[in-house]
This record gives sequence, structure tokens and C-alpha cells, in this order.
Amino acid sequence: MLIINILGIVLIGLIVWWFWLYKPAEAVNVGDGEIKVVVKNGIYLPARIKVVAGKSSTIHFYRQDASPCAATVLFPDFEVSEELPLEANKSVELPPMPSGEYQFHCPMKMYIGTLIVE
Amino acid sequence: MQELIIEGAGCASCVGKIEKALTNVAGVEHAEMNFAARTVLVNGNAKTEALIKAVEQAGYNAKVMDANSPDGAMEEKEKADWAYYKKLMRDSTIALILGVPLMVYSLVVGEMTVETTNEQIVWLIIGLLTLGVMYFSGKHFYVGAWQSFKNHSANMDTLIALGTGTAWLYSMVVVFFPEAVPLMARHVYFEATAIIIGLIDLGLALEVKARGKTSEAIKRLIGLQPKTARVVRDNKELDIAIEQVLLDDVVKVRPGEKIPVDGIVVEGHSSIDESMLTGEPMPVEKMEEDEVAAGTINKTGSILFKATRVGKDTALAQIINMVKRAQNSKPPIGRLADVISAYFVPVVMIIAVTSALVWLNYGPDPAVAFAIVSATTVLIIACPCALGLATPMSVMVGVGKAAEAGVLIRNGEALQTASKITAMILDKTGTITEGAPKVTDIILAHADDKNHVLQLAASLESNSEHPLAMAIVESAAEKNIELKKVTNFNAIAGHGVEATCDGQTLLFGNEKLMQSKNIDCSNYISQAQSLAQEAKTPMYFAVDNELAAIIAVADPIKKDSIEAIRRLQKNNIRVIMLTGDNRETAAAVAKKAGIVEFFAEVLPEEKANKVAQLQMENEIVGMTGDGINDAPALALANVGFAIGTGTDVAIESADITLMRGSLHGLADAIAVSKATLRNIKQNLFGAFIYNVAGVPLAAGLLYPFFGILLNPVIAGAAMAFSSLTVVTNANRLRLFKAKEH
Repeated sequence: MLIINILGIVLIGLIVWWFWLYKPAEAVNVGDGEIKVVVKNGIYLPARIKVVAGKSSTIHFYRQDASPCAATVLFPDFEVSEELPLEANKSVELPPMPSGEYQFHCPMKMYIGTLIVE
Repeated sequence: MQELIIEGAGCASCVGKIEKALTNVAGVEHAEMNFAARTVLVNGNAKTEALIKAVEQAGYNAKVMDANSPDGAMEEKEKADWAYYKKLMRDSTIALILGVPLMVYSLVVGEMTVETTNEQIVWLIIGLLTLGVMYFSGKHFYVGAWQSFKNHSANMDTLIALGTGTAWLYSMVVVFFPEAVPLMARHVYFEATAIIIGLIDLGLALEVKARGKTSEAIKRLIGLQPKTARVVRDNKELDIAIEQVLLDDVVKVRPGEKIPVDGIVVEGHSSIDESMLTGEPMPVEKMEEDEVAAGTINKTGSILFKATRVGKDTALAQIINMVKRAQNSKPPIGRLADVISAYFVPVVMIIAVTSALVWLNYGPDPAVAFAIVSATTVLIIACPCALGLATPMSVMVGVGKAAEAGVLIRNGEALQTASKITAMILDKTGTITEGAPKVTDIILAHADDKNHVLQLAASLESNSEHPLAMAIVESAAEKNIELKKVTNFNAIAGHGVEATCDGQTLLFGNEKLMQSKNIDCSNYISQAQSLAQEAKTPMYFAVDNELAAIIAVADPIKKDSIEAIRRLQKNNIRVIMLTGDNRETAAAVAKKAGIVEFFAEVLPEEKANKVAQLQMENEIVGMTGDGINDAPALALANVGFAIGTGTDVAIESADITLMRGSLHGLADAIAVSKATLRNIKQNLFGAFIYNVAGVPLAAGLLYPFFGILLNPVIAGAAMAFSSLTVVTNANRLRLFKAKEH
């Protein structure tokens, strides 16, 4: 029983570490101001994108996920919201942004991405 | 990058043929076809026409995929939603075909236990069938959960995958190694896995359908846009697609037809039904030089008009964009749910593990079975979707509902604040009144010819853009009085104007202006006051520093202002009128309009101060103005309402734009925002209570006291229908009637 309890506590520790404490992977750099993000199986790929501060950027979304949640992407800090057609490209233009980290997500915040402006 | 829709590609082998045909076009770097979607993505700088021709030469048809056109995008979305709905219903049926008989068996026969070798074989077959269901009907949960997990995030898929996966894995352990589990715990839960997948797919399918209804308002707006237009080019009438209409094209519209793009009438006259944009039921008369807007309906005569705004620049396209953007923005009330959502799934996972541990340590026999049931039920019952959907669904319907009433709400924050407004400032001219004043009286002082006075005053005022100035100029025009040339024109803000004409110094404005120039008007003040008491605006006209006349102008109150103001007051909103007019006129107009409080003689730059003054009194202030010279006050107010007439609206200028001139729009906006906020609160409350009560119940909190432990299948049903309930409640808002007039 002791072992099971220890395993249970370790499992809780792993949940905390994996979902909250783990440092996210390196963001993908947007070189020429444009990048393709695929919406598939409940996530954005890539989910962390690095763009240059003070310059406008374009993100080409390609939605392969039929869930209605995935049909809209929001950039709330810039009042940008776009419908993403299924199995088609949709370009989302972002205005020049000040440095910082901004989220983009579906209306229910189940699909979450991060925009790192540097 | 360009995207084409391919028609006539019936077999997978067409893919190579089409890709090759496109790659051979000059400028194409890469072409990739998606056979399932019948679309092809082309990289490079080749011309679209060349690409279409190449596809046609290969034996197929191609057209441009226009995801940016609202019409096309909406159609595509509906098609995609319908296909997704059908897939989910099919998945659900497959899962329930296995799950329901198993469930019935367990209810009729009793415990589904593994005790003999025969039972082992039968349950193994059923276990494998359940695995098939998990693959065919629930694959999307497992793939989604795994992808999210790799990404260090968790969502609804994670909970369902873990819950059903745990139940199936435990059951398979019982089937393969019954001795490893205590005798009393040798129970299989294949029926739970199959039914949960079936019910959640069913819930999702019904949710997709219900969600479609929430965007009905935007669909209606998009549907206003006709698909073709009749243009006159080289004296010939051509029917062309709406996308091909160019600026300055002359467009012909016959009675009963929709106006295809925005423009200015160049020939003919007609009455136009603009109700779909403005909410104003009465058709508006249009003649040469008048503006017409896309989406409105030509009722009586044929007209020719010149296109001034086409494509995404038309007022209709801008309205659609603004409504869509607002529908997806979130009011502050939804932020708490967002914060909770971010932590929700991992917290539920921790509760599930903790619950299993508590059952294993302190639970009665069979503790293992109780631990598995409680952990599975906790994972399945928790519904982050209901929380996540609560706010956006209501905002979607509420903003759409407002748009139907001619009220454009900029974002969720404006929607929420509008529901809390306690004081509303109304600009007098153009907001309460028609904004088209007329000269009513000319009282001569040191002049002896009314027409001469009017000639000089109109010559002076023809340089001013003030609405009262327009009244003087129009009055002179009606009497065919010719205007003179004036020089040294100078506008003195909040006071009046001055200029020189034929060597004479002309001054026109209020009493303050006369005082500042030391012009004696003491003998005429009482006459001016009695004019003001009749709700007229008296203005002083001086020639060479001597009062020549008092000219009174009146601006009639809009016919429905009084009723709309009463609606606001009935909602316990303090209505305050604001005007640059003198105190007497202001008092008279306020009295007529049923307003008790007013600010008179307010200079344009002081309007914002009045807003601040009310805010100091802890009022949540709405400010209504024409959106141009009221900009600072509109910006400072908690909610700025720009009042537009017809389609000539400054859409981006305010928190809320009223598409028609009537103040009823204001009461409608507040009524819709209150109803929406009420709906959001119901949804949030329901979603919070559901999770706060459901999760502990699933963990077995009631077991020690009442012996109640929730069945995972019941949890699955509750979870599947909790988000559906939220969407259905949001849909109730569609029945809300904003207009009470």
C-alpha cells in the first residue's frame, strides 16, 4: 500500500511538473514576417511563435481539425478574431506589436498558442 | 500562396495529374492537392488565370477558394459543420450499439464479473470490440489528448481519454489476470467506456447543431449581400458577379432588387428599405446625390448609381466584420472562467488520483474497484467545455441580436458596461433633436430690413459648419437671397463667428460674444429669453458693434425621442441633456423631452469634463453624441454611443454605434446588453455549480454518509449534456425582443 501511495504522490508531482512547471520548448522564429500554423488534433502547431516587435506579421493558419472550437482564432490583445475555414488556408494579419508575450486561442481557450514579440 | 477548389476530380489518381499540370505553369514552385477537401495549394507567383487554365486543360474545373469572402466562408463553414455533425452521429451510433446492450445486460443479469475461463473469453472478445469502438468512435479524443499532452497542455480530450482509457485498461487487466485483483473487484467496465464515448459524441453533435443557430444573425447580414450586379459599361447593361464591380462603375437597380454595393445616386429616384442595416422600419426617399448602401432594398423606382465603395469597404462588409469581431471578444465577466479553465484539467487529474488513493487507503472492499470507479467518474464528469462556452456563446447571440436592431457593439467589454449604465448624457442637437434647425423669428433692433439682416447673417454663416449656421443659410436660400462675399472670417469656439463684409464688421453669436465685444443688448434680453422659453435658440447679430437683430432658430425634437427617453428612465437611468445652448432654451427643450437634468452653455471642450463630473459622483456614464466633435467625451465615458443616421456611420468611433437616428436604439442596446449579461451569468453559474457539485460527488464524497457513488455512465451523460445546456440557454437569447416600440 505504501508503494501505491508513493506512486500516487509521484503521479501528482508529475502532473504539476508536466503541465505547470515545465519550461516550454523554444518558440519558432518567424523570419520573413510570415509563418504557417496548422490547427490539428486540439492544438496549434507550432504553438509558440516568435515575431519581431514593431513590425506587422502574417500567420497562415491551416485548419485540419473539424471541431467547431477550432473554427475561430482570437488574438484578444489586438482585437483580432478570424474564422478559420476547414482544410484551407487563412491568413491572419497582425499589426505591429510592442514587446511581450501574448496568447492566441480558440473562444473556449482549449487551443492555446503563445506569440512572443521581441 | 493561392488556393483553388477543384471540381471533377473523382479518383485519387487525379491528384498527381492536377499537381503536375499546375507545376508546369510558369512561376509555380510547388503544388499540393488535398484530395479529401478537393483543394489545391499552389506556391509561387503564377497568375490565377494561368492556374485555372492549366487545370481545365488537364480535364477538370477549378475556381478560386475565397475564404476571405464572408459569403463563401460561411457556406464552407456550414458544409464543414454538417460533415462533422454527421461523423459524430455515426461515431456515437457505433459506440452506443455496443454500449447499450452491455448496459442492459449488466442491469438485467447483474454484475459483469470474470470468474470462469469462458467468461474470460467472452469478455476478451467484448474488450476487443470496445477497443474497436475506441478506435472508430473515440480516436479523436485519444489523438487530441496525446497531442495536447506532448504540448504540455490538457483539455477535454485529456479527461475523456484518461477516463475511458482507465476503465478499459482496468477491465483488460481483470480479463487477462483475474487473480491479480481481489475476487470482489473482478468487474469489467467495457459498457462504461463504450457508452461514455457514444454519449459524448452525441453531445458534441447536438452542440455543433445548436452552435450553428448562435450565428444566425451574422448569417442574415451576410445573406443581405446580393451575388450579382447589373452595371452599365459602354452603354450596355451587363450582369456581373459582385466581386467584379469596380469603383465608379454605374450600377442599375430595378424596383424590388437589392443594392449590390455602396454608391451615390446619379439618376432616378426611389424609396429604399434600409431596415436591415438600421432597424428603421420606414423606407427612405433617395434621389440624385443621395447615398445608397449595399444590402438595402430598392422599393419603388429604377435608379442608376455610381459605386463609391465595393468589396470589403462597403458599410455592410464593415458591419459584418465588426459584428464578427465583437462576437468573438470576451466581456470581463468571462475572465474568471478563463483563469479557471487554464488550471482546470490538471486539477481534475490531481483530484482523480487523490480520490483513488483515498478509496484504496480507506475504502471498503472491493477498494480497487471503488478507486477505479471514482477516478474514472471524476475524470468523466468534469466539464471544462461548459465553463469555456458559457460566455462566448451568449456574447455571440447577444451581439448578433443587437446588430439586428441596428446596434453595433464594438466588443464584449462595451456590452458588459452598457448593462450597468446608471447615467446617460445625451447631446441635444442631432441626438434628442432632428439636428436640422430652422429660422423661426427675426427681431429687428437697429436694423430696418429683415431680408438685409438675413443676407448679411447668411453670408457670414456660410463659412461656418455649425448646424445653426446651416439653418440661417438655408433660410436665405429659400427666400432666394443672394449671399455676399465676406473676409477675415473667424470662428470663436463656443461663442460665435465674426467677419468683414462691404467694410462692415459682422458679429453673430450668443450673449457672451456680445458682452465680450461690449455691445449693448440689454433692451432685447427679455425678448431673447421669451424666445428661449419656447425652446428656440436666440442669437445676436451685430453690425459695426451695434446690435442689428436677434435671429431665433428652433430644432424640433425627434418624434420618438420622448418615448425613448422615458424607456431609459424606466430602467432607472439618470438621463442628462447636454447642450451649448443658453440655459432658457436648454430648459425648454429638456422639459419638452421629459428630462429633468441638463447642462447648458457647455463649450465643446467642456463636454468631457461633464462626463468626468458624473463619474466622480460614482455614476457609470454613457455618453451619446454624433461621434465627431464629441470624440473626447465619448472616449472618456464608460460607454460612448455614436449615433448615426442611415448608413453614414463612423463604425470605429465609439463603443456602441446606433445605425439609426432614433434614441430607441440606445434603449435597445441597453436592453440587449442586460439580457446578454443575465444569460452569461446563468451559464457561468450553471457551469460552476455543475463542476463544483459534480466532481466531489463523483469522487464519492457522499458515500460515507449515504452510500452514494456515481456510476461513470451517468457521469458521461451529465458531461455530454452540460455543454449542450449552455449552448441551448444562449440560444434562448435569440427569442429576446430588443425593440419594445
